Amino acid sequence: MWLLMNKHIHSTSTRKEENKLLDKLKDFSSRFFVTGEPMIYGADVAILLTLAGIIFVLTYLKKWKWLWREWLTTVDHKKIGIMYMLSSLLMLFRGGVDALLMRIQLAFPQWHFLDSNHYNEIFTTHGTIMILFMAMPLMFAFFNIVVPLQIGARDVAYPFLNAVSFWLFFFGAMLFNLSFVIGGSPDAGWLSYPPLSGMQFSPGPGQDFYIWGIQISGIGSLASGINFIMTILKMRAPGMKLMHMPLFTWSVLASCIIIIFAFPVLTVTLALLFIDRFFDGHLFTMTGGGNPMMYINLIWMWGHPEVYIVVLPAFGIFSEIVATFSQKKIFGYKSMVFSMMIISVLSYFTWVHHFFTMGAGANVNVFFAITTMAIGIPTGVKVFNWLFTMFRGRIQMTQPMLWTIAFIPCFVVGGATGVMLSAAPADYQYHNSYFLVAHFHQVLIGGVVFGFFAGLYYWWPKMFGFKLNDRLGKWAFWTWNIGFYVCFMPQYALGFMGMTRRIYTYDFDMGWGPLNVISTVGAFFMGIGFIFQAWQILHGIKYGERDVTGDPWNGRTLEWSIPSPPPHYNFAVIPTVTGQDAWWTIKEERKKKKAKETAAFSPIHMPKNSGIPFIMAVFWFIAGFGLTFHWVWMAIFGLTGVGACLLARSFQYNSDYYIPVDEIRHTEDSVGRVG
Amino acid sequence: MAYATAHHEEHHDEHDEGITVMGFWLFLVTDCILFGALFATYAVLVNHTASGLTGKEFFEVPGFVSETFILLTSSFTSGLAVLSMHKGKIKPLIGWLIVTLLLGMCFVGLEIHEFQTMVHEGATISTSAFFTAFYTLVSTHGLHVSVGIIWMISITIQLKRYGITSVTKRKVTIISLYWHFLDAVWIFLYTVVYLMGVM
Repeated sequence: MWLLMNKHIHSTSTRKEENKLLDKLKDFSSRFFVTGEPMIYGADVAILLTLAGIIFVLTYLKKWKWLWREWLTTVDHKKIGIMYMLSSLLMLFRGGVDALLMRIQLAFPQWHFLDSNHYNEIFTTHGTIMILFMAMPLMFAFFNIVVPLQIGARDVAYPFLNAVSFWLFFFGAMLFNLSFVIGGSPDAGWLSYPPLSGMQFSPGPGQDFYIWGIQISGIGSLASGINFIMTILKMRAPGMKLMHMPLFTWSVLASCIIIIFAFPVLTVTLALLFIDRFFDGHLFTMTGGGNPMMYINLIWMWGHPEVYIVVLPAFGIFSEIVATFSQKKIFGYKSMVFSMMIISVLSYFTWVHHFFTMGAGANVNVFFAITTMAIGIPTGVKVFNWLFTMFRGRIQMTQPMLWTIAFIPCFVVGGATGVMLSAAPADYQYHNSYFLVAHFHQVLIGGVVFGFFAGLYYWWPKMFGFKLNDRLGKWAFWTWNIGFYVCFMPQYALGFMGMTRRIYTYDFDMGWGPLNVISTVGAFFMGIGFIFQAWQILHGIKYGERDVTGDPWNGRTLEWSIPSPPPHYNFAVIPTVTGQDAWWTIKEERKKKKAKETAAFSPIHMPKNSGIPFIMAVFWFIAGFGLTFHWVWMAIFGLTGVGACLLARSFQYNSDYYIPVDEIRHTEDSVGRVG
Repeated sequence: MAYATAHHEEHHDEHDEGITVMGFWLFLVTDCILFGALFATYAVLVNHTASGLTGKEFFEVPGFVSETFILLTSSFTSGLAVLSMHKGKIKPLIGWLIVTLLLGMCFVGLEIHEFQTMVHEGATISTSAFFTAFYTLVSTHGLHVSVGIIWMISITIQLKRYGITSVTKRKVTIISLYWHFLDAVWIFLYTVVYLMGVM
């Protein structure tokens, strides 16, 4: 009896404890998971289903090993480039959905499609994702896929580091996107100005997701910058002098120089913000002597160069495309190089134009207004060079060329409104209005996005061995372009009418309704354009015109001299370069001689695959997650893992191998290239 | 053919090591900018003491002067290590690296002690903007030194295991570059933070 009672008491007390535990769990999960939004529940379900689907397909097709061997551990720059591209297109989708949600919310006065907090989160994630997790990785995709091929190299200078960069970007992006369903998204704008982003006004984990998502991927970007500078300086084919390099490679060099000078500042800025939040510091707080304007200066010292980091490679892409499809040498090669270098230097001296209204004084504002206007000069030089290349050329209206031609007027208008904004006194009127929103979307979509689309269409056959359908491509082109102007031209007017950026909703009597509806319609047109492009890719996989020549566009640079897709060692024999447009010269010579040279193969030195970059990035992710939720034990565990990975790599001495001649001959034979 | 391949390999290796050292110089450029941004932040906030405690009341001259001499000496000994490496003498190389390591640990120990005393006396990272900037700047340098210590230990072990090869040579060259760089940064810290702080 006593025993029984005791047991009874025991069981009730455990039940009570269980209840307590359950309550704690409930309480924890209600804070841990984002709750209360039907759309987010929908997203939860969609994410779980997608994950389950991926796991099922991989298991069913027995592809886990394949995934690990061929992709997760690869150090091949082409595969890393493809992974960059796929993840950035996914991010484009997410950022695009954010944009459409915003446009729906703004379409009508007094509309409550989203609540104000949700709206804040969406404009924050839209901006951050589009710049850092869409434009940057898509740019790195081109760096990876094109640069080694253009300079006649077999890989980048540091293949292992390249894989580290990619996985850091990938897990940084995942950490940032996780905030959508766990913990809550950041909502202090894409640059997270304090004091709003400080602990007092943003106590939740959203802001820490922002800091660590960007910090982790930013380390990767910095490493890529160093990697590509060294690749371009040290890995060029024999005979290729700097002034023989294709202009895209030049643009990558210019962009990487900006990266290595700008990204350390971002690292510091985010770290300082975290110190304020985590250690209760006073760098950017309103109390304790902090100075929030210091943050704004620092973040724009990175932020302004950042836009040139992404736009310069787009300029490089246009230069390649214009020359190829005008079937002419690029006009003004040297002035192109000089203007890119001038832009990369000047981009450091314009940051204050983002906050002329700070009150730094007239002299400071004048300095930065003039540097900003000055940057229009080299950019103008480039525009004229593209036009003169087309002048009297035999222009082929292919898809890449269409985007290039659409880019020029769009970017010129964007540049002109930029010059308007750079006039400091006038900026007091435009500052933070929809005029500004329209301006930077015009240069970023018209410049960067159009450029990267052009590049995708141009190098797609090289990457995958097939072309993308023309008809669907034209639909995509026109919906994107018409959509763009319908969306953003009204916003210039709305800016003049007084509509400010980041506004959540507005009253009927403001008179902004009609233009906002038009703008929303335009945004949806661009969304339809994206669907056409996704369709185009799926269509291409099945029906795309195969490229068996390796040179579908009659190209001028070395990447077109090898099969598509290229073998993993790229060049069976490293070509010798004698001038600009190396492949064009080789083709001309071959026509004259009418004989194929036979080349002697020699064993090729290649790096081995490694799982360390992936595992290390997982540890970074764990550390970032711990730091986000201020769980110190988890952060220490993650960082220890990172350190262990670094040490493990340091002790690896056998990290490369040679491809024997027979294997090279066999591979070259199989793609129809007899050695 | 076998000879040609072997020759090729050797040539390739040296080429690779050269590229890695050059890449590390670029990394040092980025690290320089990182410290530059921190120094700028410190310079902006140096007088933002929220009308409270200043550095003058906390910086102890014997402490930071001995830190400086220890770090400068360690830079010298790491230079001696590289010299022995170029002479192909493994024993003095490892010996000097160990001396460098011990000096580095002394430096970090002194710095931790300095921070402990300051916190104990009431100047924490959240006291004012000045102190946040101070702790951030100085401990970023200290963190760099600590990472360098772990790194140098790992290279010393590798030297014991593999001797002086083109790979270990490159590693020693890089760690000594890093160590000298941290020394140069410290000289700025010593001047801008400590000397100007006590003046």
